[in-house]
Amino acid sequence: MFRFILIRLAQSIFVMFVVSLIAFSLFRFVGDPVAQMVGQETSIQDQERLRERLGLNDPVPVQFVRFLRDLGTGNFGFSYRTRQPIGEMFLDRMPATLELSFVSLLISLAFGIPAGIYTALKRGRFSSSAMLILTLIGVSVPTFVIGIFLIYIFGVQLTVLPTFGRGETIAIGWWKTNFLTVEGLRALVLPALTLGIYQLALTMRLVRSEMLEVLRTDYIKFAVARGLNYRSIYFHHALKNSMMPVITIVGLQLGGIIAFSIVTESVFQWPGMGLLFLESIQFVDIPVMSSYLVIIAFLFVIINLIVDLLYFVIDPRIGSATDSQI
Amino acid sequence: MWRKIIDGTVENEFLYYFFRSTSALVSSSLCLIILLSALFAPLISASNPYDLTTFDLLDSLTPPFWEEKGSSRFLLGTDDQGRDLLSSILYGTRLSLAIGVTSIVFAVVIGVSLGLMAGYFGGRFDAVVMRIADVQLSLPAILTALLIDGIARGLLPASEHDRLMFFVLVVAIGLSLWVNFARTARASTFVERNKEYVQAAEIMGLPKWRILLTHILPNIMSPLLVIMTIDLAIAILLEATLSFLGVGVPANQPSLGTLIRIGTEYIFSGEWWIVIFPSLMLIILIISVNMVGDFLRDVLNPKLK
Amino acid sequence: MPVLEIKNLDVKFSTRFGDHEAVKNFSCSLDAGQIHGLVGESGAGKSTIGSAILGILPENAQITSGSIQLNGREISKLDNRAYHRLRGGEISMILQDPQTSLNPLLTIENHLVETILQHQNLSEEQALEQAIGYLQQVGIPEPEQRIKQYPHQFSGGMRQRVVIALAICSRPSLIIADEPTTALDVAIQKQILSLIRNLAREQEVAVLLITHDMGVIAEITNTISILHNGHNVEDGETPDVLGRPQKNYTRNLISAVPRIDRRLDRFSGLLEEPVNGSAAEISHTQTKEVARTWLLENRSASAGAKPQSLEISDLSVVFSSRPSLFEKKLEFQALNRVNLTVRAGETLGLVGESGSGKSTVAKTIVGIHQAKSGNMTFKSRNVDILRKRKRDDPTRRSVQMIFQDPYSSLNNRWKIYDIIAEPLRFYNLLDGGTPEDKIVSAMIELVGLTTESLYKYPHQFSGGQRQRIAIARALVARPEFLICDEPTSALDVTVQAIILNLIKDIQDQFNLSILFISHDLPVIRQMADDIAVMKAGEIVEYGPSEPFFTQPQHAYSQGLLADIPSLDLLGPPGGIAEDRP
Repeated sequence: MFRFILIRLAQSIFVMFVVSLIAFSLFRFVGDPVAQMVGQETSIQDQERLRERLGLNDPVPVQFVRFLRDLGTGNFGFSYRTRQPIGEMFLDRMPATLELSFVSLLISLAFGIPAGIYTALKRGRFSSSAMLILTLIGVSVPTFVIGIFLIYIFGVQLTVLPTFGRGETIAIGWWKTNFLTVEGLRALVLPALTLGIYQLALTMRLVRSEMLEVLRTDYIKFAVARGLNYRSIYFHHALKNSMMPVITIVGLQLGGIIAFSIVTESVFQWPGMGLLFLESIQFVDIPVMSSYLVIIAFLFVIINLIVDLLYFVIDPRIGSATDSQI
Repeated sequence: MWRKIIDGTVENEFLYYFFRSTSALVSSSLCLIILLSALFAPLISASNPYDLTTFDLLDSLTPPFWEEKGSSRFLLGTDDQGRDLLSSILYGTRLSLAIGVTSIVFAVVIGVSLGLMAGYFGGRFDAVVMRIADVQLSLPAILTALLIDGIARGLLPASEHDRLMFFVLVVAIGLSLWVNFARTARASTFVERNKEYVQAAEIMGLPKWRILLTHILPNIMSPLLVIMTIDLAIAILLEATLSFLGVGVPANQPSLGTLIRIGTEYIFSGEWWIVIFPSLMLIILIISVNMVGDFLRDVLNPKLK
Repeated sequence: MPVLEIKNLDVKFSTRFGDHEAVKNFSCSLDAGQIHGLVGESGAGKSTIGSAILGILPENAQITSGSIQLNGREISKLDNRAYHRLRGGEISMILQDPQTSLNPLLTIENHLVETILQHQNLSEEQALEQAIGYLQQVGIPEPEQRIKQYPHQFSGGMRQRVVIALAICSRPSLIIADEPTTALDVAIQKQILSLIRNLAREQEVAVLLITHDMGVIAEITNTISILHNGHNVEDGETPDVLGRPQKNYTRNLISAVPRIDRRLDRFSGLLEEPVNGSAAEISHTQTKEVARTWLLENRSASAGAKPQSLEISDLSVVFSSRPSLFEKKLEFQALNRVNLTVRAGETLGLVGESGSGKSTVAKTIVGIHQAKSGNMTFKSRNVDILRKRKRDDPTRRSVQMIFQDPYSSLNNRWKIYDIIAEPLRFYNLLDGGTPEDKIVSAMIELVGLTTESLYKYPHQFSGGQRQRIAIARALVARPEFLICDEPTSALDVTVQAIILNLIKDIQDQFNLSILFISHDLPVIRQMADDIAVMKAGEIVEYGPSEPFFTQPQHAYSQGLLADIPSLDLLGPPGGIAEDRP
C-alpha cells in the first residue's frame, strides 16, 4: 500500500518539477524580464543593478533552484503590469474561481450521474433517447456560446439575473464568498450553469457508457441468474463498479472546470484567476502566466492524488497484489 | 422501405450500419455540405470579407432580409463594418475547418508515432513518453493552447504574430491534443504487440519500423479514427474559444469564434443576428462532427455490438 | 415428474441476413439428481438453449415455438418479472470463467449472504452461518476466515467452488452449468466435476451441463443430447449414445476425439470440413508438383538413419522486469537447464500445464527470447541463442512456427495472398524460377483451400480454415523444422482432428521435423515420437512416447495421466466405421 502511494507521490512530484521548469523557462527566456520591469528612461546602469539584484546573472541552474525555493515559500514574484505581488493577486481571486468551479461540479454531478444511470438502464426509451440528444448538444455547444445565449435570454430578454461580475460578497477572513448573500447567489447562477452544462453532458455520457459496460459483464449476468432483485443488481453491484472510472474522469474534469473557467470568467467578467490569466496573456505579463500555470498544475496534481486514494478505499484489488492466492 | 433495400444490397458491414443509421446519414451529409461550402467559399459567397474595398460602412448593422430594414443584398444581414454576414460565415467556417484539420494532422503525427513506439518498445522509452503525457494532461487543453499563444506573443513581434497566427493556433491546439492519440495508439499497440501475427513477423526478422507501419498501424486504425473525429470537434471548439477570447486569428480575417466575439458587443443593443448566425453555424458544425464520431465509435468498437 | 421438460423448442435469431434458427425442434427431459449433457461444437446452439431456459436470450432472439416446463409449470411464456422470481430459487447457473463471474469489489460474504437473504426469510446471522456451511460443502478450507475475503484472493479453482456455492445456496431445483471447467487446468477440472456430481446427487438438483468436451461428458453425465446446427442429432443414456452411436454425425464426433489410451496414425471416418467456395476437389497433380519441388529442392538429402535436426543443451532463460523506477529488479527463472533433441523427420511432444515454460522453449528457439546460458545446434550448426538473432540468420527461414490462436496469428488487414507471399518477398526466395502467384496458389491448395481464398481477408474464414492458412504461410518459407505451439487448442474437436491429420500428412510428404507443444496429453500421444514433460521450467520426464503413456516414470507425469477423464465409454475409434449397419 505504501509503495503504491509512494509511486504516485513521486510521479506527482515529477509532474510539478517539469511544470515548474516550463514556468521558469517562460519567465526567464520569453522576453527580457528586466526590460519588462523598468520604464524606458531607466539607465543601463540601473538596469544592470536590477539584473544583479534579481540574480539574473547567476548560472541558470542556480536561478532555477532559487525559483523553486520561491515557489515553495509562496513567493511568486511581481506582476509586470500591476507591480503587485502575484501571490496576493491570485489569493485575492482564488475564492471566486473555486466557488464557481465547485458549484459547476456540483451541478454536473448531481444531474449527470442520475441521468447517466437512467439512460443506461432505460435504453431505447423515448425519454432516454431525448436525453442523449440533449447531451450531444451539451458537449457540442462551446461554453462561451452557452454563456452568450444565457445572457441573451436571462439578462437581455427577461432581465431576471445579473450577467456581469460577482455581485455582493461577504468576507470571511481573506476569503470573499458568494454563498452568503442573495445577490451573490443570484450572480452565481448563470456562470455556474454555463460552466456546468458541458461537464454535465460529459459526465452523463461517461456514466452511461461505463454502466452499459458493467451491465454486460459476467458477474452481472450471474447476479441476474441468482435472482437478486434488480434494484440491488443495478445500484449495489453495477453502480459501484461503474463509479471507478467515473471517479478518475471527475478528477480530470475538476481540473478541466478550473481551466475552462477562464472562458466563463471572460464571458461574465467574473473576477477569478482565469480572468487574471487572460489579461496577463493580452499584456504578455509573463510572471503571472507562469504562476497560473504552476497553480493549476498543483491543483490538478492534488486532485489526482485524492482520486488515487479514493480508488484505494473502493477497490480491494489495488495494493494487495502481494496477497497470496490460495 | 429504405431499410429493406439496404438489407438486401449492402454487403459491407460498415456501410450497412452507416446506411441504416439516420443520424449517421444526416450528420455526414451536413459535414459534407459544410466542407464543400467552406472549400468553395470564394465561389459561392456574395463578397469577399477579407477585401476592404468590397464593403461599405454605410451598410453596417443591416438586419437579415426578412426583418423590416433588411436587404436582399445581405441575406443574413451585415456586421459593424458592413460586411455581408453570410460571406463572413462561409469564410470563417473555411478558416475554422482549416485550423481544426491541420491541428489534428499535427497531433496525429506526433501522438501516433510516439504512441506506436511507446506501446511497441515499452521499457524506458514508454516510461518517458508517458511521463511527458502526464505533464501534458495536468495542463488542460485550453490552458496549453492559451500558453503557447502567450509565448508566441512574447517571442514574435506583433505584425509577425498576426501573420503567423494560423500556425501558432495549429501548434497550440495540436500540442494540447496529441496526448489522446498517443495514449490510444499506445494502448492499442500494446494489445496488438502480443498478438501472434506480430510474433510471426518478428520471427521472420522483419525490421521494427516495417512491423510498426505495415502490420500494427493498419490494425489500430479503428480506435484512432474515432478519436480523430471526436478530437476534430474539440479542435474546432478550441479554435473558436481562443478566437472568442481574442487570442486567436486577427479580426480582419475572422473565424467563427472571432465573429461571435464581435457579435457579443451588439447583443445588448438588439443586433442579435451578428452573434446568433455564426453561433448556429459553429454549433451545427460541431454537432455533426460529434455525431459522426459517435456513430464511428458505436460501429468500430466491437465491445458495443 | 421431471424437473425440466423441453418439448419441440425453436429459437430464432433475427439478423441482417434474415432469420437464423439457432435451435430447431429440440426436446429433452431431466430428473432431479440427474446430470444431462448438452454436447456440440461451436455454433451448435447449446448455450442458446441454456439462455432460453433462464429467460436471458439476447434481444434479437426469441422462442418461436415449443414449451419449457419447470417442475410441471410452463415457463417459456412468462414475462420478465415473473421469470425473475424463478431465477435463483428454482433455476440457477454456473458460468464458464470463474475469473469474471464474481464482482471484484464485493467480498464472498456479500455475495453469499445477499443471495441467501434474497431467497429465504432469515436474519443476517443465520444467513452468514448458512453461507459458511455452503463454503464448507464445496470444499473451501477455513470458511470462517475466507468468507471475509475478496474474489481476487482466491485461485481459479477455488473461485469456481465459490461460484458453485452461490449457485446452490438459493436451493434451486435446476442448475445450468455452461462449460464450467473449460477455463481450468486438468487436475482442477477433475475436482470440480466430482464436486458437481456429488452435489447433484446429495442435494437432488438437476444439472444441465453444456460443454464441447467429450471427456467431461463421459465423466459425469447420466444422459446426453448431441447437438449439431441447432438440431438434436441423437440423445439417450450417456453410455448408449457414446458407446453405440447411431448417427453419422455422432460417429464422426466420437472418432475425432483423441484418445489417451491409443495412438492412431490418422483420424479416420471424419466428415471433411466444408471448403469455402465451390468444389472441394482441388488436388490437381500439377499444383502438387509445384508444391513438391518448392519444398523439397535445395534440401540437402539427409543420408543415414535419423540424424539430429535440433539439439538444445543446458538451456536456461531468465526474465527480469522492473515494475517501476523505484523498485528492485524482479527475476524469474523461466527455464532451468533444459535438454532436448528433435530427430530429423520426427516429432517431439512437449507437455506441461500453463506456465510450465513450454512456450518459452519455442520462443527461445525462434529467437524472440534470449537465453541466459545454453547451446542450440540446428542441423549440426551452432546457433547463438544468447544474443539477439541476426536478421539474416538461416534459422529464421528454415524454422517456422504455427501458433495457437488462428484468430490472432493472421493480420486481419491483409489479403490471404499477401499474408502467404510475405515470406517469399522478405526472404527473397524467388530467383526467376516459378512465379510468385504459382507458388502461393500451390501452397493454399496444398493445405486444402481453393485459390479463390487468396483474395479474401482472414475474417471471412473459420478457425480451422485460418489454421490452414497459417500452415501455408509457414510452408512457403521452405522450412525444415516446424514448431507447433498448441496449434489446435482453439479449435473444435472435429476440426482439430482434420488439422492434426494435415500436419501429419505434410510431415510425411516433406520430411519435416516438428516440435509439438500442447497441454493436451491425448493430442500429444497422436502426434509425438518422443515426449518431454515440463514442470516449472524444468524437464521432469523425457523419452520415447509410447512407453511413457503405458508406464510413466515420474510421479508428476503419473498424476497428469490420472487426471485425464476416462473415455472408456466411447467405442473404439477405428472400429466405428466398420460397425455401421
